[in-house]
Amino acid sequence: MNADQGTLRIVSRSIAQTRAAAARLVRRLRGPAVIALHGDLGSGKTCFVQGLARALGVAAAVTSPTFTLVNEYRGKRPLYHIDLYRIRHPNELFGIGFEEYLESDGITAIEWAERAGDLLPASAIHVRLTARAKPCEREICIEWSP
Amino acid sequence: MNVLGIETSCDETAAAVVRDGCRVLSNVVLSQTDLHAPYGGVVPEIASRRHAEALPGIIDEARRRAGLAWHEIDEVAATAGPGLAAALLVGLSAGKGLALALERPFCGVNHLEAHLYSLFLGASAPAPGEICPCVALLVSGGHTCLVRVERPGSYRMLGRTVDDAAGEAFDKGANLLGLGYPGGPAIDRAARGGARDAVRFPRGRQRKGAGCPDGLDPALCFSFSGVKTALLYYLREHPAGGAGPAVADIAASYQEAIVEALVRGCRGALEGARCLAAAGGVALNGRLRERLAALAAAAGVRLVLADPAYCTDNAAMVAAAAGAGRGIRGAAGLRLDAWPNMPLA
Repeated sequence: MNADQGTLRIVSRSIAQTRAAAARLVRRLRGPAVIALHGDLGSGKTCFVQGLARALGVAAAVTSPTFTLVNEYRGKRPLYHIDLYRIRHPNELFGIGFEEYLESDGITAIEWAERAGDLLPASAIHVRLTARAKPCEREICIEWSP
Repeated sequence: MNVLGIETSCDETAAAVVRDGCRVLSNVVLSQTDLHAPYGGVVPEIASRRHAEALPGIIDEARRRAGLAWHEIDEVAATAGPGLAAALLVGLSAGKGLALALERPFCGVNHLEAHLYSLFLGASAPAPGEICPCVALLVSGGHTCLVRVERPGSYRMLGRTVDDAAGEAFDKGANLLGLGYPGGPAIDRAARGGARDAVRFPRGRQRKGAGCPDGLDPALCFSFSGVKTALLYYLREHPAGGAGPAVADIAASYQEAIVEALVRGCRGALEGARCLAAAGGVALNGRLRERLAALAAAAGVRLVLADPAYCTDNAAMVAAAAGAGRGIRGAAGLRLDAWPNMPLA
């Protein structure tokens, strides 16, 4: 993984390895970042964010923000965990202060990020999680924009 | 005392008037599934702007249905948290503004505590003092926790989910099964007559030694992301219409896995309790109600299930909590900001 741009592919064989991949990403981050997560139900997006949280020193349990839309955590840097699962159109995001989270001073991790459409910044780091044939295996593809 | 309550912590825009903490004079809820309600027309699924547009009409409707004039409202209460900050802020600001205009006290209420007070609403509901000490299961789309209620106002969090809420597990499972939204009722219906032992799904419990937030007992914590993933893989290997179990059997098995986890948590928490209670949207689930009734009977404790009219988010429970003296008042109440992580205890 290049510090500026590039793609990293990891095959995770367990929840612990998915969290470790997230921790690896955190170690590369220098400033505020938007992490856009893509993947189907059950592909491990929340698990990846739990890894981010742990690496950022968040003590609280990271629970799914599907209904609350946004959960905020205090760690070494603030972590904003957003879930757009219930969003059908990017317009709906204006009412929840979405743009403010994108410009925050912390790490903003967004599940179902594709539903934000053009609102995602070009500098976002994209993380794609895909379930493989074996139940515990996931392919994790981390893309760093130029 | 007539309390006008306001609730906007998530999707529902709601207002209600409750007298003396228990008598519901009106209860108005504009829900996302209620598209033909008089105020919204076609409602975008999520937008705090919708709360702002609908709330004045909903508040006035609640007052009118209660048959009261404005000067007969003695207090205004609104949910301060937990919930979505932007959505909470709408109800909180409206509540404070209304209280100031009416020259009445304002009271900020905790959403989870309000769910507890939903237990005391409805024709056959007990009074708060009658059920303590009590173990309450709060289960909804956004929350899943076990609370020990020592006496009204004295709570101890015993356990909670470490990932997905039970209602979310129902919704996402229904999505995977192609049963539609909202998923809780859809799975409840689809599971009727299905074989609960057709598929063995994981039981949604926190693994031993995995650690729990805030030093909670892992035996009383829940984990529902695994059962959702198990369903995903099951459906991948057994596509619908194949030779495997019917959808009713899969739905019944999936529901049983979630319900079993909730019931086991309750069983583990019951020691020394006089009463077992359940509130929140998932408390409408037929199989959960059945299993909780069996558990309470076996343990020799009283069972109190929230009246179905007050299980999902509503403002009557907010007004009830305030009317019972709960919540934050005075200058502190007026200073309250939206509190997305507001703790129960």
